Amino acid sequence: MSKEQQRYLKKIKIRKYFVILVQVIIVIGFLALWEFLANKNIINTFVFSKPSEIWETILGLIAQNNLFNHILTTLKEVLIAFVLGILLGFIIAIILYEIPILAEIVDPFLTMINSLPKVALGPLIIIIAGANTKSIIVMALLINLIVSIITIYNGFVNVDDKKMKLIKSFGATKAQILTHLVIPSSYKTIISSLKLNISMSLIGVIMGEFLVSKEGIGYLIIYGTQVFNLSLVMAGILILIIISYILYKIIIFIESKLIKKF
Amino acid sequence: MNKLLEIKNLSKKYHTKNGEISAIDNISFDVYEKEFLCIIGSSGCGKSTLLNILANLDDLSSGKILKKENLNIGYMLQEDALMPWLNILDNALLGLEIRHEKTKENIAYTKELLEKYGLKDFLEKYPSQLSGGMRQRVALIRTLATRPDILFLDEPFSALDYVSRLSVSNDVAHIIKCEKKTVVMITHDIAEALSLADRIIVLSKRPAKIKSIYDISLEGETPLEKRKAKNFANLYDRLWKDLDKNV
Ligand SMILES: Nc1ncnc2c1ncn2[C@@H]1O[C@H](COP(=O)(O)OP(=O)(O)O)[C@@H](O)[C@H]1O
Ligand SMILES: [Mg+2]
Repeated sequence: MSKEQQRYLKKIKIRKYFVILVQVIIVIGFLALWEFLANKNIINTFVFSKPSEIWETILGLIAQNNLFNHILTTLKEVLIAFVLGILLGFIIAIILYEIPILAEIVDPFLTMINSLPKVALGPLIIIIAGANTKSIIVMALLINLIVSIITIYNGFVNVDDKKMKLIKSFGATKAQILTHLVIPSSYKTIISSLKLNISMSLIGVIMGEFLVSKEGIGYLIIYGTQVFNLSLVMAGILILIIISYILYKIIIFIESKLIKKF
Repeated sequence: MNKLLEIKNLSKKYHTKNGEISAIDNISFDVYEKEFLCIIGSSGCGKSTLLNILANLDDLSSGKILKKENLNIGYMLQEDALMPWLNILDNALLGLEIRHEKTKENIAYTKELLEKYGLKDFLEKYPSQLSGGMRQRVALIRTLATRPDILFLDEPFSALDYVSRLSVSNDVAHIIKCEKKTVVMITHDIAEALSLADRIIVLSKRPAKIKSIYDISLEGETPLEKRKAKNFANLYDRLWKDLDKNV
């Protein structure tokens, strides 16, 4: 390796460490400032709580053996909604692709449902599905399914004309066109819809838990608000941030594993 | 000579929202076994339409196409249309796979073709790792693998730059000659047609009609040699005059 190349690589490395360092300083500084302002009574700890209290709340939750149950409940719901959303989205997208007239017919309805703020349907869902986990899943599906359908379907219809012509020149059947061309060439679109879907599922689940649940991170937050335990609310939000970040990272990892090949 | 195709009074109209487009108007010609037939015409005159109809990818509006019994057609497009997610061998086997003809024997034949035409070390590579000329060769072999009796080539070189275009057309001509195929090739490039064809059909501007038919026999073995033949410039002039220009 030449000296210039070494210097170049070193520069990149230093830059990376610098970014991480600043990020850590920002987080620590933010927490320290928060703690400091709270201790000096400059901000109202009743509303904003403070890092040490939030930490104690989290430790308390762990001690009562509650925290992991809540996290597990939320994760389970997210996973169910995520898998259902992807599977149903995939199947419905295939049906729409195979029956173009159906796609044309349902197009405005999909757009309407997609643009509707789904929380508005919350009360209705509870009445229909009951105040239980089912409602939470339905809520999350409402949010992630339409987006999945639209993304995957768009991947399907954007298949290259030339490749279509080519595969037809070999006399491919509809099923073969699907398995040998349409699905593989939408592979990247499908994978990237996973990313969108996981965050949508989390949004839907938390929204559902706000409305009905007796367990889960969403419940922790809403319960905290009701009893004016703002440390609990903040703890819930913090855990949520961490969960969503980890889920996102997992999906990115899966994506990089699946896409590497070509 | 043995006729593989007889095209009789073929016409084609497209129906669009903005009205009817007549693309082909009453064309008749025959294709003989082992000949290399070039069809030239200005762009947009209806050449691809004609080939698509011959390859069963589009319907005709009127007329008749008589095909020799069990005629196996191979079709190659302007772009190589290789599947980026399949390696070179699997790409070359795609036609066989679709037709459920992926027998041991056919796989061996495909590998033999790939090896014979300089792709031996690339079987496990992906299309993005190959040059434009190599990809075009893979596309041709993918078509040849199904052992077609007749090859339809739709401007197979026009996606390439001029230099690789000359050498790829040399390659392809070589392969086709070795495999003794009948070819119908479309182009809007007079020199390309002259350097490859045994016979040239000139089409008018849209709707395509036959303007003239030339039998070509230029000295030289390869397309590059034929480009230097005595009669080349002369024929080029005549074809140029026949060709309708889009101005
Ligand atoms: N599917 C189609 N629908 C309507 N018009 C078409 C269609 N395909 C081709 N055309 C029209 O027919 C004419 C001939 O097209 P084409 O055969 O592709 O020309 P070229 O000689 O360049 O290959 C063009 O004017 C084109 O716009
Ligand atoms: Mg064309």
